[in-house]
Amino acid sequence: MLNRRQLLAASAASLAVPAIARAQDTPGVTATEIRIGNTMPYSGPASAYGVIGRSHEAFFRMVNEQGGIAGRKINFITYDDGYSPPKTVEQTRRLIEQDRVAFLFNTLGTPTNSAIVRYVNQRKVPHIFLSTGADKWGHYQETPWTIGWQPSYRTEAQIYMKHLLEQRPNAKIGLLFQNDDFGKDYVIGVRDVLGARYDQMVRAVSHEVTDPTVDSQVVSLQNAGCDVMVTATTPKFAAQTIRRVHDVGWRPAFHYLTNVSISVGTVMEPAGPEKGVGIITSAYLKDPTDPAWDNDAGMNEWRDFMRRYIPNGDMKDGSYPFAFGIAQTLMHTLKQCEGNFSRESIMRQVASLKDFIPATLIPGIKVNTSPTNFHPIRQMQLQRWTGSTWQRFGNVIEGANV
Amino acid sequence: MSATKGLPADAAIGGLAAPAATPAWQRVLLVLLGLGAAIAPLFVLESFQLFQLTMAVIMALAVLGLNIVTGYNGQISLGHGAFFAVGAYCTAILMSHWDWSFWATLPVSAVVCTALGWGVGFPALRLGGLYLALTTFSLAVAVPQILKHKAIEDWTGGVQGLFLVKPDAPAGIPLTADQWMYVVTVIVAGVCFFLVWNLIRSRIGRALMATRDHPTAAEAMGMDIADLKTKAFAVSALITGIAGSLSAVAIEFVAPDSFTFGVSITLFVGMVVGGVASILGSLFGGLFVLFVPNIAEAISKAAPGVIYGVILIAFLFLLPDGFAGLLRRIAARLRGRG
Repeated sequence: MLNRRQLLAASAASLAVPAIARAQDTPGVTATEIRIGNTMPYSGPASAYGVIGRSHEAFFRMVNEQGGIAGRKINFITYDDGYSPPKTVEQTRRLIEQDRVAFLFNTLGTPTNSAIVRYVNQRKVPHIFLSTGADKWGHYQETPWTIGWQPSYRTEAQIYMKHLLEQRPNAKIGLLFQNDDFGKDYVIGVRDVLGARYDQMVRAVSHEVTDPTVDSQVVSLQNAGCDVMVTATTPKFAAQTIRRVHDVGWRPAFHYLTNVSISVGTVMEPAGPEKGVGIITSAYLKDPTDPAWDNDAGMNEWRDFMRRYIPNGDMKDGSYPFAFGIAQTLMHTLKQCEGNFSRESIMRQVASLKDFIPATLIPGIKVNTSPTNFHPIRQMQLQRWTGSTWQRFGNVIEGANV
Repeated sequence: MSATKGLPADAAIGGLAAPAATPAWQRVLLVLLGLGAAIAPLFVLESFQLFQLTMAVIMALAVLGLNIVTGYNGQISLGHGAFFAVGAYCTAILMSHWDWSFWATLPVSAVVCTALGWGVGFPALRLGGLYLALTTFSLAVAVPQILKHKAIEDWTGGVQGLFLVKPDAPAGIPLTADQWMYVVTVIVAGVCFFLVWNLIRSRIGRALMATRDHPTAAEAMGMDIADLKTKAFAVSALITGIAGSLSAVAIEFVAPDSFTFGVSITLFVGMVVGGVASILGSLFGGLFVLFVPNIAEAISKAAPGVIYGVILIAFLFLLPDGFAGLLRRIAARLRGRG
């Protein structure tokens, strides 16, 4: 008897709960707390990025100790998706349907976010400041509840082209790209700036992630008479390209390299540090290993946070300043909400950020959004490989208006 | 061991009657209980939990497929994730490019996976034990990369993957899309479990087990071992492929990153934990691989893998023959008392 009664009670409760949720117009927000959902690869192939989630946990602990936001504590719920899209769907549904979070913040990965983007937009749940550089998160017409944060690969390519046209207006460009979402964003960015001159100025060749080498692609670009090289590929192929370009005796006037592949340890050293001298890439975050920021106020703010809340964290890991900048952007957005944390209000404020400057961004770079601009960061500064380190030069450049 | 897996010798003549130990009324009762357990979640669970349960049933079906070839036929496969992926992609391609209904894609995905299983099973005949395990493993490693290949990118959507939409409940049935998906999954899985149960208790099922336990003796008795082994691979791929099809619609998205070789290992873990060569064990295996990683994460976010490993070892230590073995022991004790 007791069992049947329990069963009845359970089913009655489960029938009643959705009704309560429907009555309340601000899901995930109570008088005392605001629930934020997140998925991260704490396990699996991309688990190195898990530190971003841990940084956020520490950041919101700091916010709560300082009194929270509009009288509410932040309850940051983060789950492991192992960088596996089906798991991301499961964890996202758990966050939205079971934990009833107000919104999703900084979910990481392009394939993982692709798996949930339609679901969250159907349910009209804010899906904000993602950790991925794909350009499609800025498509506000199709996915009005989704927005990225970092400069997209397309913006990055636009910036290289703007720099190139200033220095060498009649260049013949060799573009090597990986044949996927990531590589194709660069092709689009180059086309954005060159427009009608694209066909005449650019010779583009692609490679598959599965190719063993890119030697033949490099040689074909050299033989086509290109005097500028743009390399949009992942670290292993970037190292091959740098070495090959040097070894065949090709000296392009400019060699632009995607900032996905600028790790000293996995790209520049394996390629041969001397072979890459002069290569140009871009940055928008302050590099924690760059001595120029030793006395920088913003970086000191970040170091102070690390010392107090993540004392064991690796101070050289660039993921921490990245996470800090994103979390600050979120707090600024929530402040702008002025206590109205309905999903519509959050999205309205996400799309009206004006010249916000997170502490860990390179000076001159500002976060700007509007109802027709879902690319929060559209500026970067160029930097050049000296043979031992990346050295910033020139002014901050903004992506093209398209 | 083998005596508990197979049937008693006296029941082996033409599959005449059920084993004497379970009277008919008990079996009817068990079936009714099973049906009740399958239907109850529709009314008790919320949509997210129902979705999780749907995924668990799908994993159980995939584990069942693996169990046919590895559990009942003794051929170790570490590549069933590949069949799972192919099944999922068949459904996704037909539904998103040609607007087929989900039901219509099932036979296609079944045929494609059967053919693929047959194709893999054929060379596998020459490879035994560990060599077969490695060969199938390489298949699982290769499939995600093949799915990204330029030649088929227009169909598979490359790294971006494909989106599809969950079928709505037919007009007149007052169920949400999640509830309907659960019903569909339970029906498809139920039919597959029933057919496999019949297959295993038939002449062919006994031949499969005989081939596993003593190939020389089986051959001496006139069984065509090569034929049995390839067919076992084909049927196994078919079932796992159908599970893949179901997963594609339940998740509403397929991408190469969804089908890394980890899926194959997950299925293998499910099979061992549930119980090798057990049909009911496959169901427990599916529940285990879906829910235990979540439990592990709830215990420690810093090292979910370690906790998962500890739970797994504990299970293997406490239940060396899987959940199915535990059930068998309980049943044997009950019978002994009665």
